[in-house]
Amino acid sequence: MSGLKVINPGMLSLIQDTGRHGFHNIGITSGGPFDNYSADWANRLLENSTSAACLEVLVGGLTLESQITTQIAITGAVSPIQINDTKVESWRSHNIVPGDRISISYATSGCRTYLAVTGGIQCPLIFDSASTVMREGLGGLHRDGRALEQGDILPCSSSQRTNTRAVSEQYRPQFDIDITQIRLVMGYQQDLFKPEQLNQFFNTEYTISAQSDRMGYRLEGPAITHCNKQMLSEGICLGAVQLPADGQPIILLCDRQTIGGYPKLGSVFSQDIAKLAQLMPGRKIQFKPLDLKQAHILLRQANQ
Amino acid sequence: MSEQFPNITIASENSVIVYFSERPCEKTSSLIAHTANQLKTNLAQNLIDLVPSYHSLLITYNAVEIDHSIIEQHIDNAISCWPAEIKAQVGRHIELPVYYSLESGPDLQRLADHANLPVDKVVEIHQQTEYRVYAMGFAPGFAYLGEIDSRIAAPRLSTPRSNVPSGAVAIADRQTAIYPAQSPGGWNLIGLCPSLMFDPNQTPSTLVEVGDRVSFKAIDRHEFIQLGGSEELLTGDQS
Repeated sequence: MSGLKVINPGMLSLIQDTGRHGFHNIGITSGGPFDNYSADWANRLLENSTSAACLEVLVGGLTLESQITTQIAITGAVSPIQINDTKVESWRSHNIVPGDRISISYATSGCRTYLAVTGGIQCPLIFDSASTVMREGLGGLHRDGRALEQGDILPCSSSQRTNTRAVSEQYRPQFDIDITQIRLVMGYQQDLFKPEQLNQFFNTEYTISAQSDRMGYRLEGPAITHCNKQMLSEGICLGAVQLPADGQPIILLCDRQTIGGYPKLGSVFSQDIAKLAQLMPGRKIQFKPLDLKQAHILLRQANQ
Repeated sequence: MSEQFPNITIASENSVIVYFSERPCEKTSSLIAHTANQLKTNLAQNLIDLVPSYHSLLITYNAVEIDHSIIEQHIDNAISCWPAEIKAQVGRHIELPVYYSLESGPDLQRLADHANLPVDKVVEIHQQTEYRVYAMGFAPGFAYLGEIDSRIAAPRLSTPRSNVPSGAVAIADRQTAIYPAQSPGGWNLIGLCPSLMFDPNQTPSTLVEVGDRVSFKAIDRHEFIQLGGSEELLTGDQS
């Protein structure tokens, strides 16, 4: 099947759909787009189903050559984008004809760009999903967890639709924020921490460490010395914030291990995972507690 | 966490974790399996994921469709309809062949020395217990089996190996496991199992599930190869 040919895979480009669900019990993680807000918009611009497979492009450097007539949509980080020799805008859809070269250069703000194509990338599924989880060797074009490689052909159906659409300014996220506020729903072993330790946690401006990826973000700040209780391993949900013995928090993300045994304070509110996805190592965040009821109200509002 | 069990605790805005007891035990494993099955049926498409583990069950659900209070009710209902009389006997029994030897278990001699036992005795003790699959994680199909006889317990390696072969039978503290795929790992390797623990192209894709009971049976080199074990893995030390 023809589609989009990979001329240059860039730094790291992964096929992602909504992720792998219902297999945590056998140790298979979820995967899925790290910035699901941007990925959703890319699919929505093309009237794709929300489960359509798209590309998550880390930092940039991707060049594709189209073999078909179709539409693409690009969202996420602010990156210079070109179709052939013409600069084009992000957060909108574009018409593509055979021979067109689409390139996404290095992001200037944010770090993950999403590229969707009409009808989605027609990838074989494994455990009901095309999502690439490199650590597990699952998903992607060959079902084996490989990232995009030069010469890969992303199978796509052609489409004759030519009306393009853009996401209005108010819905486009801002990535240039000095200290990103990350909301945390308290839970898990929060009772193991003393009020002064929680105070310290919420008052610290944490720096995202270089050892951060889709599996987890390690944070750097003044260490929180806590009792470090020996725990039995237990299920880890998306966004869980664990505090190992060294007192530096780790946020567990899309490609996380499904179980672990460090004390956890709670979990990042799901709507803020997308914000984390756009923060490079060195950027700063600060946690803010979010009441469970308020979290549910926000979820329902977003769903309307 | 209070001392009352079962205890339902918030994990995130769409997950709760239920703790069933202070320590893992047969009764807890059985109750976790029962609760997981009930929730699968009763929550249907509003259930996103379940992670059963030693003494807990993490439940992730569609929080847009279902209220937190409704989830708690579902959990209470599931637990209260637990038929106590069939208790411990849930889960299948699975016997796995293991080629225990110095050439297939590079840590076997050191572990025996640490335990102050002959190698044969370590191998015998490892086979004497029927283990429970308490949890799966670390990698797809990696099953945490417990508990091993304290005489053959051993701490993790101070420096993990970068390359543990697929099928390696290993010990860490009072747990034992089989590595389902080649990966880094810090457990003590005592043998090789020729059975494929995880195959994404098969249904079911894992040989065991949480709640199953597993025992090990020693095989020799010839049987190991006959059962599909790779001779290339028998190099003595794979560190």
